[in-house]
Amino acid sequence: MASLKDMRNRIASVKATRKITKAMQMVAAAKLRRAQEAATAARPYAERMAEVLGSLASKVADKTGASPLLVGTGKDQVHLLIVMTAERGLCGGFNSNIAKLARADANRLIANGKTVKILTVGRKGADNLRRDLGRNIVERKDFQGVRQLTFSHAEGLGKRVLEMFEAGEFDVATLYFSEFKSVIAQKPTALQLIPATVSEAPGAAAATKGGAAAVHEYEPSEEEVLGFLLSRNISTQIFRGLLENSASFYGSQMTAMDNATRNAGDMINKLTIKYNRQRQANITKELIEIISGAEAV
Amino acid sequence: MAGTFRFELVSPERVLLSVDADQVVVPGDDGDFAVLAGHAPVISTLRPGVLDVTAGSVHKRLFVKSGFVEVDPSRLTVLAETAYDLDDISAATMAEELKTAEAELAAAKDDSAKRRADTLVSELRRLSTRAA
Repeated sequence: MASLKDMRNRIASVKATRKITKAMQMVAAAKLRRAQEAATAARPYAERMAEVLGSLASKVADKTGASPLLVGTGKDQVHLLIVMTAERGLCGGFNSNIAKLARADANRLIANGKTVKILTVGRKGADNLRRDLGRNIVERKDFQGVRQLTFSHAEGLGKRVLEMFEAGEFDVATLYFSEFKSVIAQKPTALQLIPATVSEAPGAAAATKGGAAAVHEYEPSEEEVLGFLLSRNISTQIFRGLLENSASFYGSQMTAMDNATRNAGDMINKLTIKYNRQRQANITKELIEIISGAEAV
Repeated sequence: MAGTFRFELVSPERVLLSVDADQVVVPGDDGDFAVLAGHAPVISTLRPGVLDVTAGSVHKRLFVKSGFVEVDPSRLTVLAETAYDLDDISAATMAEELKTAEAELAAAKDDSAKRRADTLVSELRRLSTRAA
């Protein structure tokens, strides 16, 4: 049986832990709000881009010789998985869920005889995948110490991916990140970057919406605008992934820390009850000893 | 006057500007063009240059590096990665931009990249000498 002093120490230490997790939860909540705002603010750009790209792609799609960014290289032998995770842990299953999805896809591709290359963004993903897929990781990128994600971060990444593509280092690129559904729900998602997944629905919708949007003229030419958009689209998608990821990370961390705080509270209650019982038992024992001692005299 | 139209300047991070404008001069890849209300629908890429916005009595000049523009009769949307208000921009920012642009020009491999970087450098030089 632990002594009373040990139990007091134990309670004090759990209380300290609770303070830390509580503080982390509140910090995560504040940062989540900012991350969510950033994600919302970035939406108009991405939406416009997708709209124009969609209507353009549906026009050019039947032409042979379109950009390989849109139609692919004609092969799907080498796959590049861009796995985006966080720099830090203490966020529930956030990092491992993304890594799990990426690992499952990588193993499936390898089993099908494809070559898999992995580019990790964020320290945690690299640490997680290194154990069994370490040989497949071609490059790792950290955003450690980055306080505010800007488009230039995504652009740097996008440029790198484009360089690799132009050098013929892969045929298909897929982006792995966690989609921010709500504060309590984040969904690990795989998004195919190259060849671009273009939803043609927006273009069709625009065409029925009065017809004006469908008869755009293109300067310098449709092909050039499309080429420009396709390369931009990669950075935009990566940026979107980064922002969604950071919102998801803070959401996940907030939930995890909320749970931890509650668990610590439960533990303190249990320990306190146990401590009080023990204390009373000790007092009773001492009383019995005194009384029986007095009776004996 | 044909009335106003909605002008929006959108960067990947946020909507930078959203006003009802009378006229906007856009530096298109194939040359500058002015947009008034009721302009024919056009989608064009941008070259580095200055967006000249007239909204009522307000006059704004914005520098954009690259991007594209979507014109509808009642709407003009500019999607640009970076945009600076020329009235607010500091000489230091300008010098820094010029430096990165020059480095880009030196590093440019193919012709189109070289041409882009070259336009950017010359445009920045022109603007910074005027500001000085």
